[in-house]
Amino acid sequence: MTASLKISLTRRYRFAASHRLHRPDFSEAENARIYGKCSNPYGHGHNYVLDVTVTGPVDPATGMIANLGELDPFVQHEVVEAFDYKYLNEEVPAFSKDVPTAENICREIYRRLKPFPAARLERVRVEETNKNSFEFEG
Amino acid sequence: MIRVTRKIEFSAAHFYDNPNFSEEENRRVFGKCANRHGHGHNYVLEVTVAGEPDPATGMVLDLKELKDILQREVGDRMDHRHLNFEVPELSGKIPTCENIAAVIWRLLEPKITRGNLDRVRLYESADLFADCTAESNGVRI
Repeated sequence: MTASLKISLTRRYRFAASHRLHRPDFSEAENARIYGKCSNPYGHGHNYVLDVTVTGPVDPATGMIANLGELDPFVQHEVVEAFDYKYLNEEVPAFSKDVPTAENICREIYRRLKPFPAARLERVRVEETNKNSFEFEG
Repeated sequence: MIRVTRKIEFSAAHFYDNPNFSEEENRRVFGKCANRHGHGHNYVLEVTVAGEPDPATGMVLDLKELKDILQREVGDRMDHRHLNFEVPELSGKIPTCENIAAVIWRLLEPKITRGNLDRVRLYESADLFADCTAESNGVRI
């Protein structure tokens, strides 16, 4: 009856950013064929929703896996401030190399949040619009 | 295997306080949540049961039965209650999302007789939830 339980905590954050899906080593025709409207040279934007899931033992002194007083400023500093109201292709170094698809955004956010010291990062989930979402678990 | 999820909402008050901490420490660790007058949330609970549908009924379990279990075990215990003072299962625990989800798991697990309790997801707000699942190498709490 006292089976072990796994508890995780998920916190939602938001950022708005623009991007363009385009590879300079592809021809214009190839970019248009693969990325369609997303390849528009002026870029476009989304209201991204970010769900960050952490797991680990619940500290009996606080009842918490991670104190939001620590998680919030960490995510704010590592991701929200770096991505919010930015043109991802030019203002986030990782995307000068990788196309800022939601898949790559997920991976980059995971990389930035992995060092969170107070709990284990379990999953990063990104909604690019309310019709599509992406998850990365490392 | 099919997963069936049923939702129930309840509204409750709580605050965070560790009696072994000083006033100042409680405020530093718990921030606004340490306010002794308490505050409240509209909690949303999603309970998932997993199993094979009964070939005779096509159902993993009777959702009406699950609805009644959730009302009895969670709604009647926690709705419009102060979680620090009125829910014995939480006494001695800080009523965080994590701890409430684990208590709800313990309350529901023995009551689910068709299928297996798969996940308890408790939203404290639209931007914060805890998931509780069984795991052989999970943490005992």
